[in-house]
Amino acid sequence: MAWDRNQMAARAAQELDDGMYVNLGIGIPTLVANYVGDKDITLQSENGMLGMGPFPYEGDEDPDLINAGKQTITEMDRTAYFDSATSFGMIRGGKIAAAILGAMEVSENGDLANWMIPGKLVKGMGGAMDLVAGVGKVIVVMDHTNKHGASKVLTDCTLPLTGKGVVDRIITNLGVLDVVAGGLRIVECADGVTEQELRSATEATIVS
Amino acid sequence: MKKVYGSAAEALEGLLKDDMLIAAGGFGLCGIPEMLIDAIVDSGVKNLTVASNNAGVDGFGLGKLLDSRQIKKMMSSYVGENAEFMRQYLSGELELEFNPQGTLAERMRAGGCGIPGFYTKTGVGTVIAEGKDVKTWGDQDYILEEGIFADLAIVKAWKADTTGNCIFRKTARNFNPPAAMCGKICVMEVEEIVQPGELDPDHIHLPGIYVHRIVQGEHEKRIEQRTVRQREGV
Repeated sequence: MAWDRNQMAARAAQELDDGMYVNLGIGIPTLVANYVGDKDITLQSENGMLGMGPFPYEGDEDPDLINAGKQTITEMDRTAYFDSATSFGMIRGGKIAAAILGAMEVSENGDLANWMIPGKLVKGMGGAMDLVAGVGKVIVVMDHTNKHGASKVLTDCTLPLTGKGVVDRIITNLGVLDVVAGGLRIVECADGVTEQELRSATEATIVS
Repeated sequence: MKKVYGSAAEALEGLLKDDMLIAAGGFGLCGIPEMLIDAIVDSGVKNLTVASNNAGVDGFGLGKLLDSRQIKKMMSSYVGENAEFMRQYLSGELELEFNPQGTLAERMRAGGCGIPGFYTKTGVGTVIAEGKDVKTWGDQDYILEEGIFADLAIVKAWKADTTGNCIFRKTARNFNPPAAMCGKICVMEVEEIVQPGELDPDHIHLPGIYVHRIVQGEHEKRIEQRTVRQREGV
């Protein structure tokens, strides 16, 4: 047993506190918005919006209103729009409390790789490098291992980095780990996952 | 002060030359200067370097200038939506300079503000930092990035008055203000031109000092990812 995508998103939502301004990445991180409950969270979309609402009803789509994944979205009463330089000013300036992002690899010193695989099609880093460098807390949500069963939680990343020493917390299908001095510390194991299973799926150093 | 032109081609007349650097507004296909891109395709100008967050899609937006092989180099943060772009890039026909999105926006803003360089922590310890000057403040390293000074900016706004004061609509603002600012000359296309005084001076997003030529027209405004939710209780 382990967490599925929605359970990982629900666990990540527990990281968010009332009043936070938060940026959610594409994929599982997007699902986190479904689990914030009554908490007063304002979502930032780095193409220039605070207060991102849900997808529009069919027929209400507005080509002038999209999120960073180019999906049609809606505005809220609290919404504010701004240009890209201002948007990344608030990101780089540390005004965004947390970013929840997907990853290809994370290392034990908090290095993150999530933007390119050499030799494959390279699409670009978009705003990921700015986000991990600037926001208050970087939370990675990803599967613990790749489709071949190899650990994505590594001693050192093998892929080109998005940021060096930037990750604070890793939430995977197997559990939650924090980046601390000397390596990773297990915060909790996913439902039905033993600490031994979590350790054996982790290449990185685990400190107790 | 005559800023309003009758067509995109007229608005660009005398401004285009081979090998020039153009800054373009837009994010994905949202808020892109569709009419001006079409007019640049028709002009036949070539060997362009284009600073734009994205590169359009096949057959639309900047994708048209890629299809016609008029672009030599792109300065972008994300180019994943364009198959022709990938083909030209992988075959070596097209140069690509990846910029983190916020660095690209700030490079434009800085250029427009007369700032030739600035230090940022974005990209420290990554390939983006290679060859760039590093300075340390406190215990944090920062890398030097350069302002972009474009020969021409092409941007899109919602409404402008005849002096170029303008407002944008929703997330179609995106890169348009910083792109406009960094151009020696800025040509803006809008959905509606109004008379001075019709826009509330307190609500101007970009003052007309940054806008040299304006053209009004129809916009296709293509949607890249149409996502919807179901109505409840129907």
